[in-house]
Amino acid sequence: MTLTHQFLKVLCAPLLLAAVAGCTVPETATRSNETPFDPYEANNRGVHKFNLAVDRAFFRPAAIGYTKLIPDPIEDSFNNFAENLSEPGDAANFLLQGDFRQSGISLGRFLMNSTIGFFGLANPASDFGIPETDTDFGATLAKWGFSEGAYIELPFFGPSTQRDAVGVFVDFFTNPLTFAPQRPLENVGFYAEFVERLSDRGRFSDTVDAILYESADSYAVARILYLQNRRFELEGNSGDSYVDPYGDVALDPYADVSLDPYEDPYAE
Amino acid sequence: MQNNSSNRRNFLGGAVAGLGLLALPMPALALTESAARSLVDQVVADINQVIASGKSESAMLRDFERIFTRYADVPIMARYALGNDGRRASAAQMRNFTKAFQGYISRKYGRRFREFIGGRVEVEAARQIKNGYEIRSKAYLRGEAPFDVTFLVSDKSGKNLFYNIFIEGVNLLLTERTEIGAMLDRRGGNIDQLIADLNATS
Repeated sequence: MTLTHQFLKVLCAPLLLAAVAGCTVPETATRSNETPFDPYEANNRGVHKFNLAVDRAFFRPAAIGYTKLIPDPIEDSFNNFAENLSEPGDAANFLLQGDFRQSGISLGRFLMNSTIGFFGLANPASDFGIPETDTDFGATLAKWGFSEGAYIELPFFGPSTQRDAVGVFVDFFTNPLTFAPQRPLENVGFYAEFVERLSDRGRFSDTVDAILYESADSYAVARILYLQNRRFELEGNSGDSYVDPYGDVALDPYADVSLDPYEDPYAE
Repeated sequence: MQNNSSNRRNFLGGAVAGLGLLALPMPALALTESAARSLVDQVVADINQVIASGKSESAMLRDFERIFTRYADVPIMARYALGNDGRRASAAQMRNFTKAFQGYISRKYGRRFREFIGGRVEVEAARQIKNGYEIRSKAYLRGEAPFDVTFLVSDKSGKNLFYNIFIEGVNLLLTERTEIGAMLDRRGGNIDQLIADLNATS
């Protein structure tokens, strides 16, 4: 076992334990997007600070350099390669979720792209209209009925929840493509994933910068963005979960006769 | 859908150009599914037109603000974004905040529209919700997997206007309430200072 993996294990073990423990705790109140369940906020904010420092010093400059340096088509190919390596894991998770159809699709995409797609550098499966669908062990846990648990910001990895944190670690350590302690050079999935994240950070750097560095509270904004998007991925949105700005009488400008909200700002 | 919207646009052509059908008051008409759909079509068409105009960024941002005030229920959105702090705001403060909010939103999101160049939005489905209609659409951006954009449209203001947008489940109103709330906290709850700073953001 290499030193890096030793270090990773030490770093991750307590987090994993905390996360598993958290998952067994039933959800306290009805979960809503408006009030995130974040009992570890003080801790999380510390991690957020650390992540921002890492981003500012290393990840952001590296990502911007990478996107600038590497021509777009090659960057796309690397991203395809990384996505392709994630397909077997997706297939396994879909299987665990009882979704045989999607599992077959992921496996089929992997076989197709790995062969006629030059080891996954090209993406003929999508060109033939077989859409890619991602999943992960966090989604499997959700399917199995585990609740989301508390919000957690993971070092390096960013926003997560207790359930998703377990998912991240299980995905990472059980996938031979990302975790092969005896053959560190073969952890190709891990490196590919890192390169793909580099590409995303570089390509969307304006948008990510706006969230991380221009927001009045980047922690709270990142939290709400993550939770909403993740819940949408796992459950889709339903009309019942919509916030209703018209429903709150105290907030309803139409209830207030002294105020005409429909003044035309251009008429002045 | 795209055909529909361009036909409608041609039909409207000269006569109501510049006015915008939806800027006309039509409180007597109940909101129908097709009216809600056409509102979204119109918003998308107008945004695409601005992007294609090749104007300077500041001119485009002014155009986006005009589109936003024409098609969105800005007062209710601003009220919601200010949250509980809105309760202690005076009528004048609320008015000024609404104006500052509309400029801030237009600039913040208008900048992101650059990423839409060469892309398109297609309306897919409509469904009735408590306040009106939910219009689901898919955005197709160059080199990206298509993603989900949902508009919520209501006529509670007396006109057919959208009051919230979801992008892959991320709710604009809720996200902005978080942001505005944090900005207000940083200013010790001073609403006037918040308004001044929102107006100063470029």
